[in-house]
Amino acid sequence: MDSRPYTNMAWLLVLPAALLLVFNALVPFIAVINYSFQHIYSPQAHLFVGWQNFEEVMHDPEVIHSLFRQVIFTAITLGIEMPLGVAVALTMPRGGRWSGIILVFLALPLMVPWNVVGFIWEVMGRGDIGLLGKFINDVLHINFNYATNGPSAWFTLIIMDVWHWTALVALLAYAGLCAIPGAFYQAARIDAASRWAVFRFIELPKLKGVLTIALLLRFIYSFKIYAAPFTVTGGGPGDSTTFLSQALSTLAINQLEVGEAGAYGTLYFLIILLISYLFYVVLTRSGVSNEESA
Amino acid sequence: MRKFIPRVGLGAFLVFLMIPIYWMITMSFKTNNAIQTSFHIWPAHWTVEHYATIFSDPRWWTTFVHSFEYVVLNMALVLPLALPAAYAFSRFRFLGDKHLFFWLLTNLMAPPAVFLLPFFNLFHTLHLFDTVFAVAICDTLFNLPLAIWILEGFMSGVPREIDETAFIDGYSLPRFFIRIFLPLIRSGIGVTAFFLFMFSWISLLIPRTLTANGAMPFAQKMTSAISMSGIDWGILAACGTLSIIPGAVVIWFVRKHIATGFALGRV
Amino acid sequence: MHWISWMYWLLPTALFFGGIALLLVCMGIWEAVSPTNFRQGYIIPMKTTRGDRLFISLLSMAYITWLWVGVIPLTKLILIPIAVVWIATLVLIG
Repeated sequence: MDSRPYTNMAWLLVLPAALLLVFNALVPFIAVINYSFQHIYSPQAHLFVGWQNFEEVMHDPEVIHSLFRQVIFTAITLGIEMPLGVAVALTMPRGGRWSGIILVFLALPLMVPWNVVGFIWEVMGRGDIGLLGKFINDVLHINFNYATNGPSAWFTLIIMDVWHWTALVALLAYAGLCAIPGAFYQAARIDAASRWAVFRFIELPKLKGVLTIALLLRFIYSFKIYAAPFTVTGGGPGDSTTFLSQALSTLAINQLEVGEAGAYGTLYFLIILLISYLFYVVLTRSGVSNEESA
Repeated sequence: MRKFIPRVGLGAFLVFLMIPIYWMITMSFKTNNAIQTSFHIWPAHWTVEHYATIFSDPRWWTTFVHSFEYVVLNMALVLPLALPAAYAFSRFRFLGDKHLFFWLLTNLMAPPAVFLLPFFNLFHTLHLFDTVFAVAICDTLFNLPLAIWILEGFMSGVPREIDETAFIDGYSLPRFFIRIFLPLIRSGIGVTAFFLFMFSWISLLIPRTLTANGAMPFAQKMTSAISMSGIDWGILAACGTLSIIPGAVVIWFVRKHIATGFALGRV
Repeated sequence: MHWISWMYWLLPTALFFGGIALLLVCMGIWEAVSPTNFRQGYIIPMKTTRGDRLFISLLSMAYITWLWVGVIPLTKLILIPIAVVWIATLVLIG
């Protein structure tokens, strides 16, 4: 089992980092919960209202709809990105002259600032100056305009997300594939295993750990998504592409509903906390990290 | 043939990734008139007027300086705190270690939108609003847990016998850490620094909330320029092009370790 | 008090966070006096430590509260005894 020495002196090494996070994570989060039980108009005028903000948020159709949209968007994009990322990783050469260059190109979209990702696809999707919009409108003769048409907006955002994040899954899967010892493949060759059998019985089990990390990271970043869709559609047309973060920042910044935003933020965080905890349990309980580094 | 089809697929995917970036880069070299009235895959007339505007107008180029300032400050703040913490998690067990680790990760998971109002109030109270310090400190909310997570993965890959031998040889913990251990996890530190750079550089929501005109980052400058009447496509494309250069440069240096880094050092 | 006024403290939330902090301190002392064993209990379908069970009980209690507030327009005070029983049960035998 775990043979590391047990010593509470280790707390001294963790303490500086923990204190900084108490200051900028715990204290603000406590403040959010404090806000959520009040109506706040000014530092002088604030009023305890009990659970009223929570009740309002839970029955607010805008909040409920943006939660639904968020779940659907996350499900669609992850449903495309996970298999596509693994497929891309399987085609990549492991080692050799080209692998470094391919890695750089692959990771490039991940380095693009999130608002610039939005800008790039804002341009690409336009019918007048963008390649994608022009192609769909003039070559495929489909009426495509993400500013006025809901399905067009969704299509633009999904293809943007796939463009932006598939490489993350691919890089993780590639790292996992590179860690598989060559002996496994030799054994498979001796048994004359098919390509599919190699994937199913050798590669996929070895990828379980990294793919759990990929799914966790993709889920987290998808559920927090803000800048890119905000830049492309601003949540529109109407509010058809308003996801959780944007609905919250509208409530907090534009409408200055401090209390309701607090209640919303608390619930938002609870959803992410539960799902992330489930992933974390899967990740740590299956002994992934220890098994693979050993 | 068995090799040919996957290679074509990979090539097609890379082309798909590069087309939008190519489109933005070429757009930054077209005049606004050309962007809006003609449709050329390759610019008919090259111009650098948009770059000239960005580099001569302080309202544009200072935003890049601000972004660099808080990114560097953030790295300087996070690495010295994350290294000892990651070492503690990788080498020792202590009271509440697993829960502390999960609590750190919950901060990575927290949506920044939840923290907007308290951050705004907190940094106003501290008189740090609209400074790069506020953004640098706020970014540690995500970057510190991320750095600890990645570094812990890399450190756990170093056998513990190395520590034990060094302590028998009479090394103190700080001296061992700096002289022996840090060089061993060089690549891990490089990858971590790269991720810290990346995640501060690419975010919008926190810098947008915590700055006004005094410390405005380029991301917010671009966003506010869009909402004004008449979008200046050329200058935005030039700004976007400039914003991906630092990422493209640093990525080249860590390319050998980047896949491991994205796997949080855990393969 | 200028430096803390932005947090808008209230008596109920102060009691709540004070209670959580006290709970954590008690758990820490308990752990130091008699270390937990990693075991399978009666409710949670996996092996857990005492701290895991505390976390799971708090998180599930948050969801119970959410459900109660969202669905049942009755007093919320009843949630306090429910929380005490729920957390104690999960930590001790969960």
